[in-house]
Amino acid sequence: MDFINAIILLLNYTIIPGLTYGSQLALGAIFVTLIYSVLRFANFATGDMMAFGTMVAVLFTWLFQSWGISLGALPTALLAMPFAIIFMIIYMFFIDKFVFEYYRLQKSPPVQLAMVSIGVMFVTQAIVRIIIGPDDVTFVDGKKFIIKAGEFKELTGLNEGLAIQLTQVITIILTVILVLILFWFLNKTKTGKSMKAYSDNEDLALLSGIDPKRIVMITWIIAGILATIGGALYGLDKSFKPFTYFNNMLPIFAAAIVGGIGNPFGAFLGGYVIAFSEIFITYAYKKFFMYILPTSMEPQSLIQLLSTDYKFAVSFSILVIVLLYRPSGIFKGKVL
Amino acid sequence: MKKYLDVVLAYSIMMGLIILVGIFQSWNMALSIFNMCLISAVMTMGANIQWGYAGLINFGIMGYTALGGLAAILISVDPVQEAWRAGGLDILMSLGLIVLMIVTIRFILKNFNKSKFRTYGIAGIIILGIIIIKITTEPGIKAIESVDPATKGFLGGLGLPIIFSWIVGAFFAGGLAFIVGKVALGLRADYLAIATLLISEIVVAIIKHEDWLTRGVKNVIGLKRTAPYEVDLQETEWFINLVEKFNSGKLNLISNITDKQNVLNQLVVEGSSVLVKLCYSGLFLIVVIVLLILTQKALYSPWGRMMRAIRDNEEAANAMGKNIIKQHLLIFVLGSAIVGIAGAMLVTQDGLFAPGSYRPMRYTFLIWVMVIVGGSGNNFGAILGGFAVWFLWIEAADIALFLINLFTANMADTHALKIHLIESIPYFRYLMMGLGLLLIMRYRPKGILPEKIQVK
Repeated sequence: MDFINAIILLLNYTIIPGLTYGSQLALGAIFVTLIYSVLRFANFATGDMMAFGTMVAVLFTWLFQSWGISLGALPTALLAMPFAIIFMIIYMFFIDKFVFEYYRLQKSPPVQLAMVSIGVMFVTQAIVRIIIGPDDVTFVDGKKFIIKAGEFKELTGLNEGLAIQLTQVITIILTVILVLILFWFLNKTKTGKSMKAYSDNEDLALLSGIDPKRIVMITWIIAGILATIGGALYGLDKSFKPFTYFNNMLPIFAAAIVGGIGNPFGAFLGGYVIAFSEIFITYAYKKFFMYILPTSMEPQSLIQLLSTDYKFAVSFSILVIVLLYRPSGIFKGKVL
Repeated sequence: MKKYLDVVLAYSIMMGLIILVGIFQSWNMALSIFNMCLISAVMTMGANIQWGYAGLINFGIMGYTALGGLAAILISVDPVQEAWRAGGLDILMSLGLIVLMIVTIRFILKNFNKSKFRTYGIAGIIILGIIIIKITTEPGIKAIESVDPATKGFLGGLGLPIIFSWIVGAFFAGGLAFIVGKVALGLRADYLAIATLLISEIVVAIIKHEDWLTRGVKNVIGLKRTAPYEVDLQETEWFINLVEKFNSGKLNLISNITDKQNVLNQLVVEGSSVLVKLCYSGLFLIVVIVLLILTQKALYSPWGRMMRAIRDNEEAANAMGKNIIKQHLLIFVLGSAIVGIAGAMLVTQDGLFAPGSYRPMRYTFLIWVMVIVGGSGNNFGAILGGFAVWFLWIEAADIALFLINLFTANMADTHALKIHLIESIPYFRYLMMGLGLLLIMRYRPKGILPEKIQVK
């Protein structure tokens, strides 16, 4: 019985939150990786673009709520997402047209494009804060829990409760569906294959009649979808605050590089690697060991490798180690 | 002279703007902008010799600034005797353990061939070491942090004059840069950018959360100052006389004696803070000028020519027998050390160390905007960028307010949009920075004062 209790404890405090957080990071990381492999630069505006998409989703959610439209038990934000995606894509086209296109046609070095993306980061950050303000916004509604800790305890008669939030389940399911569609698109359709060809060798792709404008457009569309959904899911699960989104850029970069930048599947897994290492290293295992060890050996301290203050530092250290020993990432980054 | 015409012109416009602030807003404000401009200029010089001379991207400026600030408190704060008695031994012991760990790892790296076994062994030593250090230091840290937690709760520093910390800050930052450079400089440009950004986040996380060393987010306040204190000045005879002399025309107009005394007191209070700021301006100006002379000399020396050659064509420079890795490391350390000086200067001026205030937007990306806007590769350009961008950063709110009022002139004051816009004025500065950076990169990609290469 104690063993099951210990498992439930880990599930509740590490595995389920890890899966959720990992999914959110994974979507962002695929976004970074796509931009990197097709448009060939590190996009420092990633976090703020996600914040922009989420902001539009929040505004639509408020609009629908004021009209009295809701999805019952599900959060209204799900209904707002398609509209937010459209706005996000329009914004991205706008930026690409007025900012990135010039440098792409000039064939500027990637570093210059990265610098330009810092300008975009500043502008996007300003727009988000001017429109919605810098404060915390919670926009989740509907049912909060699928199963509450107390109910679970009654149901099973265990000491440890397992609480599963609806947003966590939505996040995981939506991510899996989205990623499956994306991989199907990239590997099976003609457009996806031409994207691969373009990122592999631009000149050869142009020779074989692939239209670069179309490729860039499709990349931004996919990026818009990923950014909005990833951002909105994070906002639903925690809360929406522009500054947090800017900070999330760092673990997202870490996930993309750990998975091998340019490799979408690697980025997907990288998100989970980063999320789980953050959570496993900073979790206090005291209670877990109290269950599985006999009473005489009960631990005195918290058994925590690092305090939660260093949550970010953990993922960054992993990234630094990966960069040093395997710069192409754990899953061998190749171009798309 | 003609060659430097644009430099002279750009700097006179900049000084004119600051003087205008002095006339129309207040001299106090103008001087505090000027001081921050000087500090920013030191930071941009550091970033400029990395990016402009050698083409190395360092997005870790925030980390080096924070280390400079750390140096300031470690040098100037008086040591906390009780804390040392309570847990100093534990801390020293763990420092010894860390040194031992590093020595062992070095030994293994030197004496064993590369193999899976060696890698796992090193990983095992690191993890074991962290666990042992954690266990041994925990009581010590607890004891230190419980010594008078409201005002102390940390080990304190050496109690020396804070001005020494400028040099120590440079050494701290340079030391970190040496380690970072050793491991990360081989990376490609954009990877290097990300790696340095993340390392600086780690450094700030450590400074923020190791309370026994820095008091963490509780901040260290009331650092000793190099400049005189306003309160003391306000009671000094010669200073009051000086203020009276300066404003005699204004004072003579007032006939009533008590009124006159009141006005004088007001002027003395204002004057004291202006004088203190002037002291700092003098100190900072010395640093900026010394650094400018040194960097300018370096730029036009054989060494500077070699750096440019490495920047423009690594392979060719390598073929000419230049050791690129060594030179990159050297310039990375030098640039970061200069940023460290700026970090210590910043804390000296503020008189407080607030680890929570180190954010990448303000201390990394803004500095980069300064370098790019000013003109990378040109020291005068980088300094001008520091001045212009910081000036805009401070004055952005006023400019935004003016523009909002202009465009919404025919709206009622109670209009929701107008109120919302006025409330979000602080964020217009980000917009201006972003647009400024984008415009400069598009239409004047070499910056306001572009790099000039002298060929003799």
